[in-house]
Amino acid sequence: MSMSSTRPLLDVRDLHVRFAVRGGQVHAVRGLDLTVHRGEVAAVVGESGSGKSASMLAALGLLDVNASATGSVRLDGVELLRAAPSVLRSIRGGRIGMIFQDPMTSLNPVLEIRRQIAEAVITHQQVSPRQAELKAVELLEMVSFPDAARRARSFPHELSGGMRQRVMIAMALANDPEILIADEPTTALDVTVQAQILDLLRSLRKSRELAIVLITHDLGVVAGLADSVHVMYAGRIAESGPVVDIFHRPQHPYTAGLLASLPRLDRPDRDLTPIGGVPPRLYEAPVGCAFAPRCQYAIPSCLEGEPALQSVNDSLVACVVLPFAEKAAEVAR
Amino acid sequence: MTDVTPQNTWTSPWRRFTVIAGMIVAVFWLIVVFTIQWWAPYTPLEAVGKRLQPPSWEHWLGTDALSRDVFTRTLYGARQTLPVSFAVIVSAVSIGTALGAIAGFVGGRVDGVVMRLVDVTLAFPPIFLAMAVAAALGPGLRNAFFAMVIVWWPIYARLIRGQVQAVKHRDHIQAAVSIGATRWRILRKHVLPLSFTPALINATLDIGQVVILTATLSFLGLGAKPPSPEWGAMITDGAQFFYQWWIAVAPGVAILTVAMAFNFLGDGLRDALDVRAKR
Amino acid sequence: MPLLLLGIVTIAFCISRLIPANPLVSIVGERAMNNEKVVAAAKTRWGLNGSIVEQYFIYIKNLLTGDLGTSFRTRQPVTDDLLHRLPATLELAAGALLIGGVGGVALGAYAASKKDKPADHFSRGFALLGSSLPVFWIGLVFLFVLYARLGWFPGPGRLPPRTKPPDHVTGFYTLDSLLDGNFTLFRQSLYRLVLPCVVLGWAYMGQLSRLVRAAMLDEINADYVRTARAKGLAERLVMRRHVLRNAWLPTLTILGFSFAQLLTASVLTETIFQWNGIGSYAVQAANTLDFPAVNGVSLFAGLAFLLANLATDVLYAVADPKIRLA
Repeated sequence: MSMSSTRPLLDVRDLHVRFAVRGGQVHAVRGLDLTVHRGEVAAVVGESGSGKSASMLAALGLLDVNASATGSVRLDGVELLRAAPSVLRSIRGGRIGMIFQDPMTSLNPVLEIRRQIAEAVITHQQVSPRQAELKAVELLEMVSFPDAARRARSFPHELSGGMRQRVMIAMALANDPEILIADEPTTALDVTVQAQILDLLRSLRKSRELAIVLITHDLGVVAGLADSVHVMYAGRIAESGPVVDIFHRPQHPYTAGLLASLPRLDRPDRDLTPIGGVPPRLYEAPVGCAFAPRCQYAIPSCLEGEPALQSVNDSLVACVVLPFAEKAAEVAR
Repeated sequence: MTDVTPQNTWTSPWRRFTVIAGMIVAVFWLIVVFTIQWWAPYTPLEAVGKRLQPPSWEHWLGTDALSRDVFTRTLYGARQTLPVSFAVIVSAVSIGTALGAIAGFVGGRVDGVVMRLVDVTLAFPPIFLAMAVAAALGPGLRNAFFAMVIVWWPIYARLIRGQVQAVKHRDHIQAAVSIGATRWRILRKHVLPLSFTPALINATLDIGQVVILTATLSFLGLGAKPPSPEWGAMITDGAQFFYQWWIAVAPGVAILTVAMAFNFLGDGLRDALDVRAKR
Repeated sequence: MPLLLLGIVTIAFCISRLIPANPLVSIVGERAMNNEKVVAAAKTRWGLNGSIVEQYFIYIKNLLTGDLGTSFRTRQPVTDDLLHRLPATLELAAGALLIGGVGGVALGAYAASKKDKPADHFSRGFALLGSSLPVFWIGLVFLFVLYARLGWFPGPGRLPPRTKPPDHVTGFYTLDSLLDGNFTLFRQSLYRLVLPCVVLGWAYMGQLSRLVRAAMLDEINADYVRTARAKGLAERLVMRRHVLRNAWLPTLTILGFSFAQLLTASVLTETIFQWNGIGSYAVQAANTLDFPAVNGVSLFAGLAFLLANLATDVLYAVADPKIRLA
């Protein structure tokens, strides 16, 4: 990724995440490489089970005990995967903020939201509880939470989905982190509220020079916000590149398939073409390219080992059937 | 690169150990109940030595106030406590299942009546109800049996009723109804087998509780009467002769082993049979 | 609920009238059967001349005026007996709830945080022991070891032998002696409370700890716990402020049920520790076939249990903010 030549803020190399489950082991993330620079919005896109959430949770050490992660995840040079618990704790909520998919279950139902946000502040800053609560109200105002001063005392179940997500964002940004990891932030919200939250993220990103890792399966969300896109399939990167390239000149058949399956306002007559089949279960390592079984361009050599990432213009693509544009034209004929 | 790490609790070493231990203990007591008369060192009712002797080589668990061998009496006690307890469970489960199944399956008025009865019976703490009934009927193990069955059946009625109601709506039951099978037949062949598993698990786990209740009633003077070597009655003796600790300890430990054994067996049964149970 | 009450009362009635051979005996007692006057008086008071239905209504009527009959043994109205002995049992129950409650929550929380480690197995074993042994046996063992052999605790009884109880205000010897300013008596009565309360609360503590543990383990995997960790909170804080605070709600649900168990266990504990409460009254009644007393106690127990369940429901509604603010 040649977006800039400065040292990346978040540098993931060869990340593997395995879960020990009943009956065996699931290899959820199989060698992920990812870089995020300061102020960059990197979208990580994939279906459920692609490993996108697991990779970020692994970075912060938030996975269950039956998970193990190997490889390297560096925040500004600091290795996170093998960091001491105290180091990890100071980074969580401090240098890296995280928001989750379902704000209803992600907030403690028996604590006022003011307390929950204040807790984020107190954990990392030396302030009195009173000051933390004032800061909490400030943060709520920053995320455009209506009537912040009065409603800070509400409980999560008294708020709407959009408001809860704002609370989550306020909590995550309480200590001015350098990166915000947003795990499907709008998936559980209505479409109109989605737009509001995305707007909020956009403005926050600008005002605070915030890097965002946006995990989602929704390409529509990506288009309006991301600088770079990393498409994951079956635990690995299929393609990653600048957002414009990904959308207009996808190189990986999977990426193309994802884009093709999107309904488009400007082409209302076109049939939706979903990608046939289902993603692999990852109990055993796939033979060759994981996408091959569902790929209409597959050739025999696709099954001879995992394709390595190759450079195509400004993107990295893991496919042996290149260049894609020609192949697609061939098949269409 | 597949690394198989089995998480199946049925084969977890601790579970296996406890289930096997439970089975050994249960089988042991079963053997005692049926064969003790042939290999007991002494007899439970006759005086065989000096009074109130502490444990020794001749009397492994000492002697009691009437010079009877405590070890023998403890073993014979199984013959008093265990058959009654099993009878209580079997009866309670049978009655409870019958009433609960009918209530759940038929619904309506019948269900209402049965459930009222269940609620009212369960509204009493068991001991008080058992005591009241036992007092009304008079002391003795047989009357204690009746008292305990009265106390215990509602639990199973409620359990089975719930199960039957859940199963009743499943597709293959509707199918059976649609081809004209009689309600009785449906109940017997389809609904009941599916509903019975939780009752079985519960019953196994309950055996210990019934044993304790039997002993408790005897302890209070409402179950077995002296000179019966029933465990609860023995503990009453032991309470009187406080400093001769072996008299009370032996039956207590016996109860402990039985309760724990069936507890383990019940857990094992639950793991093996009930796939939906979370642990 | 009122239907339940009626049901309880009816069952008690059935037991006292329908089961014994001669219901008259169950009211006046074997000995008084020859006394013409007593028998006649009883017949009028309880309507025994009429049909069983008439008897039932008279029974209910008497009940409403608080007349539970007269105990054979004490020759006092059963109601008076019960009220007299209630504080002793309440004192015991309160202590047991306290010890069992605090201990149970602490043990359960600890076991949850140290899941599958030795501490967890210990708590499981503790609970298993509590439910696999009769309470009276545990009491005997405790008495034997801690009193007879080690002498760490005083023997059975609410007060040392031949000691005068404090002036009756609440009936709680501990409270009353405090109110009296009599600190020696306070210490003595408190000291003697410890052992029976521990024994009584033992099974409760075991059960409660399992419940707390399970509830906490349920919550531990909740999303908001993950959020708390993502904020950088130390694990212990996460446990205490987030997990436990949500987990203790379901433990309220067993409060009613545990109360029934406590009542049950109190019958046995009072017997062992020579505690002059309702439990030992029940035992004496059952042993001497004192039917009015047995009846009265059963009714009391049923009623108490009902109230406990009601209180649990109320408590639960208050504690859950979702319900409270609705």
